[in-house]
Formats: sequence, structure tokens, C-alpha cells
Amino acid sequence: MIELKGLTKVYGKGKKAATALSQLNLSIKKGEIFGVIGHSGAGKSTLIRCINLLERPTKGEVWVDGIDLTKLTQGQLQQKRRKIGMIFQHFNLLSSATVFDNIAFPLRLTGASQESIQSKVRELLKLVGLEDHWNKYPAQLSGGQKQRVGVARALASDPDVLLCDEATSALDPQTTDSILRLLLDINQRFNLTIVLITHEMHVIQSICDRVAVIHGGGIVEQGDVTEVFLKPKHEITREFIRSETQNDGPLRAAINAPHPESSKAVKITFLGQKTYESTLSNVVKETGVIFAILQGTISTIKDVPYGQLIVRFEGPSEAIQETISKLLAEGLDVEVMD
Amino acid sequence: MASLNFSTVNWDEMLQATFDTLKMLGSSAIFTIILGLPLGIVLYLWGRSSQPVVGVIYSVLSFLVNILRSVPFIILMVALIPFTKSIVGTSIGVLGTIPPLVVGAAPFFARLVETALREVDRGVIEAAQGMGASTTQIVTRVLLPEARPGLLSGVTITVVTLVAYTAMSGMVGGGGLGDLAIRYGYYRYEKEVMIISVALMVLLVQLLQMAGDRLVKHFSRK
Ligand SMILES: Nc1ncnc2c1ncn2[C@@H]1O[C@H](COP(=O)(O)OP(=O)(O)OP(=O)(O)O)[C@@H](O)[C@H]1O
Ligand SMILES: [Mg+2]
Repeated sequence: MIELKGLTKVYGKGKKAATALSQLNLSIKKGEIFGVIGHSGAGKSTLIRCINLLERPTKGEVWVDGIDLTKLTQGQLQQKRRKIGMIFQHFNLLSSATVFDNIAFPLRLTGASQESIQSKVRELLKLVGLEDHWNKYPAQLSGGQKQRVGVARALASDPDVLLCDEATSALDPQTTDSILRLLLDINQRFNLTIVLITHEMHVIQSICDRVAVIHGGGIVEQGDVTEVFLKPKHEITREFIRSETQNDGPLRAAINAPHPESSKAVKITFLGQKTYESTLSNVVKETGVIFAILQGTISTIKDVPYGQLIVRFEGPSEAIQETISKLLAEGLDVEVMD
Repeated sequence: MASLNFSTVNWDEMLQATFDTLKMLGSSAIFTIILGLPLGIVLYLWGRSSQPVVGVIYSVLSFLVNILRSVPFIILMVALIPFTKSIVGTSIGVLGTIPPLVVGAAPFFARLVETALREVDRGVIEAAQGMGASTTQIVTRVLLPEARPGLLSGVTITVVTLVAYTAMSGMVGGGGLGDLAIRYGYYRYEKEVMIISVALMVLLVQLLQMAGDRLVKHFSRK
């Protein structure tokens, strides 16, 4: 659906030149919610703005739906952009227009008929839950309501792709969740491809299918969210996940607390249905090993349940070894912590 | 100071002068907006272009606008006499004052337009670009509506400035209240006429400013 090839963006010229993206490749599939996470200045906004060419890349190709946008004329690009919706951190609504007129804006650009505008805007107002506010001006709305207008406006021209540039960063946690649910809902309803950038791991965890971690203008890690979230490889990714979960001081203390000679602290990761099964208890019954729980989490990534349990096995070392092998054979992930 | 005697004032003449002033003001304001608004839009668009050629054209245009703005109106009026004659056939009377008023005020108004447009949130313009709006659509559907309060206060400032300019045009036989004030008050020492003329102009400015402020307030949504 979206294919970025060798994307390079350099701001400025000569001595003042700053490379925001260098030789970046990325492939986003139709109908998925793809998240890009990175620290401030990593190049996230530059990346997403290159997808609709609000920012023209210095080098590289931007393929959307089989067309290289960088090769289009201005007029062709304007046509193509109508199929790429975008929402922004600061909403960017017309302050001089009502909610209705803001949502109608992209339709009026194409010269749609008055009746079709009426019915389309009504439908969108309903979708984002703003039927009662159609006649208000943006200044009279809350941040969450403004972003709903932004979403409705972006959907008005029936786009194939929705780009979200930090769409929830200006919102409080509850409002963030409601906007994320709305995005997930429209993704499932219209099979809309969504690209979102954020600096918050929980946004990725809540709704994304796949994620790319961007750092210093390049992608350092990408994959399914479950994979990246549960088994992060790059240090930057670990950092984002740590900032999301509790700090690991208490865990370190628990692992280092006095313990029997023959024992092992391990992290067991359950994914999917296994999260709710009694695998661990069955295995230790067979091997005769006992365990102490040091830390545990059960949560979901998008709609996939997962659990992470850090336990200390105690018993003869062969028995501990056997326990680990059996857990692995059951399809769980086991990582030795000490 | 001699006591004032308003009974000698020729009210017919006063009324005629008031109408003349309003005529000058109205027509010059309309032409100023017709010329200044596009000029301001062009200044805004060219001023932000990333193409070097356009950058140079902008600098030249900007320089010309600055020259017209820095020449004192009274000198501009005299310097433009041949131009005025060639356009409206006369350089005196109500008709003869309109070209210099417009040439004097349009560049001034264009700058105010440019400034008002620059106040429009960049993000909103980008959002429109992202939705596939052409430059014309961005001007008519984003820039002008979003800048409306700023544009209206620009119009108010310009029209008030034009009141002062029409008064000056009286000096070269333009007619109107300014002409009356100078002819009677300055050349003939008939203070009464001067006082009433000036009072009428003050009243006019007050009314214009109030109306302008109302409109700006009405259209402000922030
Ligand atoms: N218009 C510009 N001119 C010059 N440099 C720019 C411009 N826009 C961005 N940059 C630089 O490019 C780099 C990447 O910026 P970008 O805005 O993409 O980061 P980001 O990941 O979106 O950060 P944030 O989370 O703070 O929004 C930064 O070093 C920034 O200073
Ligand atoms: Mg950014």
C-alpha cells in the first residue's frame, strides 16, 4: 500500500544542512495500523509528511497504491492527496468555519453537490459522535472534540490511507483512549490503512498491528507489535517499553534477594490464549520444581492477550533445566534473568 | 480671540463638501481594495516562495511598494498630476483626487493585507494542501476567511487614513471638507467653517473606526 524507498530528507543547504531522514525504507500493508515511534527530533514528522509530500524528500521514492508520488505533476499530486487523509497534533481546523463547514471542506474542494455534502457530513458527524455540535466553531470545542472533527474531515473524501501526526499528544489520557478507539473502529469498518506516529508506547500497544522504531533518521527495529513489544532488540526500543512499564529497580532487588544455591530467576512470556492456560502449574507438577513469583503482568497488545511472569525456580538444577525445556516446548518464551 | 459666529456659515456649501468627501472616500476606498487586496495576496505568496527567481521578483515589488509608501501624499499628488489627467481627464475636483488617493493608499493597504495573511496558522494551510487544495483554493477558502478579522481592521485603518488624505487633497483643489477648511479657515480666517469641517471629519473617523471594530469583533472566532 505504502512503500518508501531510499527516503532521504536534508533540511537546508551547505553548512546549515541537517539530515532528518537517511536512506529509509519502509513498507506498509493495506488495512493495517502501522505505528512509528521515536524520540523528539528522530524524524517522525518528517517521515509522515513525506508520505503525502507535504515535505518533498531530497532523495528516494514514495509509492502509495502503486504510484510514485514524487513523479507526479502538481495537479496530479493534488488529486492523489484527496485519497490520503491526515490528522494533526494541533488539529489544524479552520477557525473561521463551523464544525459542519470544516468537515465539508474537502468535499467542496472537489465541487461536490450540495445534497451529497449534506448527507456525507451528517454521516461523518454521526460516526465521530458530534451530531449536536455541527454549528459550533472550533474555539467552542474541547481538544478531543476538535480531533474528532479532524478525523471526520480526513475521512470526508473516502481516503485509502489516514496519516496521524501525533494525533493524541495534545490530549489527556481518557480522551486519547477515545480517539484511539475511534481510529481502531474506522480501521476495521472501512479497512482503512492508518499510519500513526507517536512518542508514546501505549498508543502503539493499544491499536497498532506493526511498529517501526525510528532513531536518528533511520529505522532501528520493526515488526509485529507483539514481537517488538515483548522481545525488543534495540536499546531505544527497550527504553520506550521500560518507560511504559514500571521501573525495574524493585525487580532487580527481588532477583538479587537472598535465594537458595540451586535456583534460577526466569522471565516467562505468554502470548495469546496461552496467557489464560495453566501450563506453568502443570509443568512444575511434573518436574517437582517449586517457584516464587517476583513480578507479573497480564495485559493486551491491541486485542492479543499476553502475560509476563518473572519467577524463581528452586530445585535440583537438572529439574530446573527440564522445566525450562518443557515450557519452551509448550510454546512459551523463557529468558533466564540471572 | 474673536467670538465665533456660526450664523454666517453657508450650510449648503457645507453639505456639498460633506458629500464630496464621502464620494472621494467611497470611490477611492473601493479602488484601493480592488487593487490592494490582490497586490497583498501576491506579496504574501511570492514572499514565501522557495524559488529564487520569485524571491527576486518579490524583493523588487516590495521595494516599489515601500517607495510609494514613503513618498508624502501631498508630493505624490502633485507628481501624479499628468498621470491623473491621462486617466480621468482632470486633476482637480472630486474625480481628480481619486487616482492619487488610490495610488497612495493601495500599497499601504497591500502591506496590511500581507501582514494579516501571515498571521494565518501555517498548520491550517498545510492541512488544506494535504487535502489536495490548489493555490487558488487555499487563497479563497483558507487564507481570506481565516484572515478576515485582520483584513477588516486593515480596511478600517486604510479608510481612516484616506480621510486624512482627502483633507490634504483639498490643498490642490480637490474639494470636500478639507478644501473648505483650508479655503475659509486658513486663507479667509473664517474659523467657524474650519471648526465645523474638522468636527465633521473627526465624527467621520469615529464612525468608521467604530463600524470597523464592530465588524472585526463580529468575525473573530478565536
Ligand atoms: N523545516 C525544517 N527545517 C530545518 N530542520 C528541520 C525542519 N523540520 C525538521 N527539522 C529537523 O529535522 C529533524 C527531525 O525533525 P522531525 O520534526 O521530523 O522530528 P520528530 O521526530 O517529529 O520530533 P517531535 O517528536 O519533536 O515532533 C530534527 O532534527 C529537526 O530539527
Ligand atoms: Mg513531530
